[in-house]
Amino acid sequence: MTKTIRLILVTSLLLLPAMFLSQGLDPASILKPAINSWPTYAGDYSQRRYSLLDKIDKTNVHALTLAWMKPLTAGPDAGGRAYPTHIGGVAKKPVTIPGSTSGSPRLAGSILQVNGILYISSPDNAWAMDALNGKILWHYWWKSRGATHIGNRGMAMYHNWLYFETPDDYLVSLDAKTGKERWHKEISDFSQQYFSTTAPVVVGNHLLVGTGDDLDSPGFVQSFDPVTGALQWKHYTVPMKKGDPGWKTWPSMDAARHGGAQVWMPGSYDPETHLYIFGTGNPTPAYTAKVRGPKTYTNLFTCAVVAVNVDTGKMAWYFQTSPDDTHDWDSTQSPVLVDAMFHGRMRKLVIQAARNGYFYVLDRTNGKHLLTTKYSAAANWAKGIDASGHVLRNPEKDNTIPGSLVSPTNGGATNWPPPSFDPQTHLFYVTLYEGYSMYYLSLKNPRMLVGLGGSEQDNVGSLGSYIAAIDYQTGKVVRKWLVPGSNIGLGGGLTGLLTTAGHLLFDGVNDSVVAFDADTLKPLWHSRIGRVQNAPETYMLDGHQYILVAASGSVYAFYLQ
Amino acid sequence: MPIRTLGGARNLRKHFFYTGFISFFLTIGIIAFAQQPATTAPAHKPATVQRHRVHRSSAYPKRPPVPAAELAHGKQLFEANCSFCHGSDARGGETGPNLVRAQVVLDDQHGELIAPIVHSGFPDKGMPKFDLSNADIAAIAAFLHHQPLSNRGAPSKLDILVGNANAGQAYFDQHCTSCHSVTGDLAGIGAKYEPKTIQNLIVSGGGHRIRQQGAKPPKVPPTTVTVTLPSGQTVEGKLTHLSAFVVGLKEADDTHRSFLRNGQVPKVVVHYPLQWHRDMLPKWNDADIHNLTSYLVTLK
Repeated sequence: MTKTIRLILVTSLLLLPAMFLSQGLDPASILKPAINSWPTYAGDYSQRRYSLLDKIDKTNVHALTLAWMKPLTAGPDAGGRAYPTHIGGVAKKPVTIPGSTSGSPRLAGSILQVNGILYISSPDNAWAMDALNGKILWHYWWKSRGATHIGNRGMAMYHNWLYFETPDDYLVSLDAKTGKERWHKEISDFSQQYFSTTAPVVVGNHLLVGTGDDLDSPGFVQSFDPVTGALQWKHYTVPMKKGDPGWKTWPSMDAARHGGAQVWMPGSYDPETHLYIFGTGNPTPAYTAKVRGPKTYTNLFTCAVVAVNVDTGKMAWYFQTSPDDTHDWDSTQSPVLVDAMFHGRMRKLVIQAARNGYFYVLDRTNGKHLLTTKYSAAANWAKGIDASGHVLRNPEKDNTIPGSLVSPTNGGATNWPPPSFDPQTHLFYVTLYEGYSMYYLSLKNPRMLVGLGGSEQDNVGSLGSYIAAIDYQTGKVVRKWLVPGSNIGLGGGLTGLLTTAGHLLFDGVNDSVVAFDADTLKPLWHSRIGRVQNAPETYMLDGHQYILVAASGSVYAFYLQ
Repeated sequence: MPIRTLGGARNLRKHFFYTGFISFFLTIGIIAFAQQPATTAPAHKPATVQRHRVHRSSAYPKRPPVPAAELAHGKQLFEANCSFCHGSDARGGETGPNLVRAQVVLDDQHGELIAPIVHSGFPDKGMPKFDLSNADIAAIAAFLHHQPLSNRGAPSKLDILVGNANAGQAYFDQHCTSCHSVTGDLAGIGAKYEPKTIQNLIVSGGGHRIRQQGAKPPKVPPTTVTVTLPSGQTVEGKLTHLSAFVVGLKEADDTHRSFLRNGQVPKVVVHYPLQWHRDMLPKWNDADIHNLTSYLVTLK
């Protein structure tokens, strides 16, 4: 062996860790607007879901055509010999769950695209695919011990490593090249009926992880070291001991510690303030305020927009969008970060259209309230809005024994399907469901109301499903597009939104993916691909702008030929 | 004599999962979800339908049944020893926490995690130790495990009738008789449906899922559509499909027709039989709904 070769070998060995880390996705790149990739849950940290790409625009979108489509199959036997399936999980005998152990997966999350590879997940399953032709490169399947398999919102990436949550409360890290597991780590307690669906978010050297719960366990966000999986901090969203912020808003510490406020959707990140901004879930018991204290008890920090310092996990500010909620209307909807003029001055805003039918604008540097309006015309559960911007609940519209006719329904005016903010139209777009339910209290003894128990709800009609375009400065809905038939008993299924610099708005509408004129909400193009499951995404690849969307367990990529 | 814990688990804080219970899973029909499963719920095909379809197998371990005698014994022991602090329903008292959903109780299987606590107490927190046998503690554990954690998804069985039937009749006579008749389509409705079903039907007009077991939903006339083509020709029939791009219908002789839509061309006019009910949604007073229900249940 010559000296030169030896030198090269030694040098390359020394450089190996650095080389390894430099592959894949550099977390610093997520700070820039994504052009050639979709590197994190919402494409970027602001959660605007607005793309600078304009190759596809109003004039040519009619020619958008299918590049490829690929059906995915869940479970251990999906691949055969076509691609490797790696198996993980702690269950000795996995629970049989259609869509997890076999069959068509629910692709209701974001798909990452980094360096021409797609990374896609569904409950207990993950895949890597070639973004140019949909070829599956590897598949990972997790043996589940159970829990609610309601969805998986996607993966996070840090250099060459991927992360996703399993319904039975593990955080799993995979090698992006091979799909082999690096490690798994329990993130919440299965016996307390936690279940985990959200997409982790990488911010610098933090991996931010939320979870959900079916009982009445406390909510929290955790930050892990993406390299080792070591816990960096854990921030509870309800007070856990006397003296914790908000502890006086609960009648007892026992009530607070079982007060809910799950963080089951990814948050946004503001690099200037280092704040991770997320929404929290409903208080528990969900359907009565009686055991959560008299009406002066607001049950912090349930149904709130909360900002924590990403390095320390310490809360910087909060704003409660549904104080004392009684309908299971979480405030986990994407908080969208916007820098824009607001009433004559440039401001750093965070905007949320909440599940309760109300629209909120806050100053994201300090949580100061700027605007509250009702964006769902049907919402009838409140008496009004007080001077501080909080909505005043009308107890007559709680769950009652004889029944109350209430809008929104349990699913809310909107839910997890993400909204979009378009800086060209200055409009905030959100899917809106103006449905009504009869809400019945099913237990007389409030002590028996646990978690999501104690309520029966029957959907009794709808004014329709809409895409609503909201002027963020006034909070007024300036345009509404009705899903045809959704107000006469036909389907009104809308998924999340995407706007682009091509003046386009994309959405899944029942079994079609549709492109709209972002200014007029006029439909310009559609493709009837099956039940659309996630929010459309876009990126440039090999000179083409792609539109990527999942429907009925398949992935579809569209482009202009 | 040293105190022995039950079963195999010795470390209270050790968090683990009992694989022996994996095969027992609840298949409850979940009605309300914190997270909405699919997409925005379609009208009249409520989210509940999709939720059942997608998530029937959602599951947490279910505990095996315990003989009634052991449960009764456990209840007796609990009332005598524990209820003073933890409440007679074990859901927490003035000094003791809710035990039904305490983590130790959730993790415990047969008293093995509860026994060490009962035997040593929490002197610093005011809980004394109790000299109970392991068999007695297993019975108390069975009693605690038997308490329902949550009745999530269970229908209400409470009496919903609070309305004034006379006021309901007056409302009916004034607002409902152009379409309905108590001797015609609504004859005997009080015998056919339970009050809650009737109440939901008052608001919806029908066309939605009926939760009441064995009850058939009332017949609702079909939604029809008139399509006027650019030539002036009109085509009418039962509406079978409606999107922004296509309208489909079935003519009187069962011929299927469909037309591409481009904005306002062709002209599409839908005739929705439940229009009144839909338009009433934002206008109802709950009291009128309750009164109508109290009236209609009398039509046996």
